[in-house]
Amino acid sequence: MSPQRTLFSALQSVGANKLRSLLTLLGIVIGVAAVISLMSIGRGVQDSVTSFIQELGTNTLFISPSGGSLTLDDTYALVDPVLAPSVDQVAPEINSFAAVTTIDDFGARSLSGEITGVTPEYQDVRDYKVAAGSFISIPHVSAASDVAVLGSQAAVDLFLGRNPVGQTVTINNRQMTVIGVLESRGGGAFGFEDTRVLIPITTAFRRIGADRSVEGTVTVDTISVLVGDVDNMERAEDEVSRILRLRHRITEEDDFEVRNQQQALEAFQDTTRAFVLFLGSIASISLIVGGIGIMNIMLVSVTERTREIGIRKAVGARRWDILSQFVLEAVLLSLGGGIIGVLLGMLIAQAMNVTLFVNEDIRTVVSTDITALALGVSMLIGLVFGIYPAMRAAALHPIEALRYE
Amino acid sequence: MIELVNVTKTYRMGEVEIGALRGVNLTVNDGEMVAVMGASGSGKSTLMNILGCLDVPTSGRYSLDGVSVGRLSDSRLAAVRNRKIGFVFQSYNLLPRLTAESNVELPLLYARKSGSARLAREALERVGLADRTGHRPTEMSGGQQQRVAIARALVNEPSILLADEPTGNLDSRSSLEIIELLKELNRISGITVIIVTHEEDIARFAERRILMRDGEVVNDERTGAE
Repeated sequence: MSPQRTLFSALQSVGANKLRSLLTLLGIVIGVAAVISLMSIGRGVQDSVTSFIQELGTNTLFISPSGGSLTLDDTYALVDPVLAPSVDQVAPEINSFAAVTTIDDFGARSLSGEITGVTPEYQDVRDYKVAAGSFISIPHVSAASDVAVLGSQAAVDLFLGRNPVGQTVTINNRQMTVIGVLESRGGGAFGFEDTRVLIPITTAFRRIGADRSVEGTVTVDTISVLVGDVDNMERAEDEVSRILRLRHRITEEDDFEVRNQQQALEAFQDTTRAFVLFLGSIASISLIVGGIGIMNIMLVSVTERTREIGIRKAVGARRWDILSQFVLEAVLLSLGGGIIGVLLGMLIAQAMNVTLFVNEDIRTVVSTDITALALGVSMLIGLVFGIYPAMRAAALHPIEALRYE
Repeated sequence: MIELVNVTKTYRMGEVEIGALRGVNLTVNDGEMVAVMGASGSGKSTLMNILGCLDVPTSGRYSLDGVSVGRLSDSRLAAVRNRKIGFVFQSYNLLPRLTAESNVELPLLYARKSGSARLAREALERVGLADRTGHRPTEMSGGQQQRVAIARALVNEPSILLADEPTGNLDSRSSLEIIELLKELNRISGITVIIVTHEEDIARFAERRILMRDGEVVNDERTGAE
């Protein structure tokens, strides 16, 4: 029989038993809908994190101590047009956690957040934009001024939407004047960016109490290095490492670690990929269950239609004709279930956006590759679970099949 | 032309072997109309199955239009059934979901012939059912259903038409119509017709009668048919 005729005939048989076909589909529908909606969450998380990391800039290196310590002198040694021509700007930071409080006519409010001591370069290196007021300047650093720049959320939490510039906050019993507010980084899931409080690095180690090393040098927690050209990332990493190894007199293992955003991105993508695959494989179990349902119904159908098979064979159907007819019916069932499942999954994904994730920074993403995969897999399931019943049908002896009541 | 030389068919039932056919020699020329008679268990159904290429003989030779079909593969046998043989069964054996036209079309689809819908309608016309092409089997009388089955048997222009108790489920008037239709097809189209029956009334339409007993042909006589 010609392929179109076989298809038509298979469609006819599937359509002849609508309720049964629909119930058989259901297993695949649920399986595919689960795969699509779960994967859409996974993809949404992945996209959200990826865009967050990319916002930090992929042309930044992060140096952190690993067994040793980094000092302010190390930081400025990296600004060296001869030894480190690829390095554009360098920004050290000192991190501590402290309570930030403010008192006014409406009462006292406080938040405990990350207090970061920075230099003016920090703004360029980390790509911060100032929404109101100004950023920390060189005079602030030289004088170790008691000034602070607030993240957008920190400003809202402390000043309830009023303009904080010129107001006073208390950090570790020191009065600090707010000189600026940062633009929101936007990030419900990673909102800590917006709750930061930045102060001059000198203020951080003189007033808030960072450690000084034995030699009297100031240790810093992280050095961010802005590389002028993204293509020079590896070269910049080598230059920075060489300078620090020289300064630290290291011959064997480094006492510091250089990471870049690209690596962080890749590491994170590996993690989320594993997470997405894990979700997908759990959902695929229901696909297999759906496939067994199809096999079950196809076996019943073959028994019920034994006489039909006998008639078809008597008028000249070959094994292949019968086999392809029944396999095609199974594939139509599972593919139909797959298509309905994809639509249902998309619907669920959309529904989650307006319910579960309405206040989050995550938006579910139904990607075409997952959709294509789900459809392909559901077709394959029809093929795999349809082939055994179809082989039984094709192997029937015409005389016995015709005699079947 | 059909030629059976010393054909046997043995079935195994557990330890016991049953000889359904025990050395049948038979030649049927093109255009003959033959009635095969015999009690149940005489081997006439087995003979029909072998003649219809639904089964192969255990030993002996069966050649159909000069081609030995005794040792053909399943799919070659299917092709022979499709092109050379038309079946008419006692219980019509139409596919209930399909219309008369689609039922008749079926052999053409397996033969991958073009213009199958037109050929199917023409075949239905030949059996006098031009106005029933869109009806399903359940919407037709027994006699009409058997006519659809005959149209299906004819549509691929086979050389033999095998009818296994074609009137067994019909009343006497319909029976007469069916047997007259078969006779007419035999006379006008020259198609070889072999009818298995136990009814004398039906058998007398054939010019040749074969009587079977215990798996053997015990009588083979040519009489003037009515």
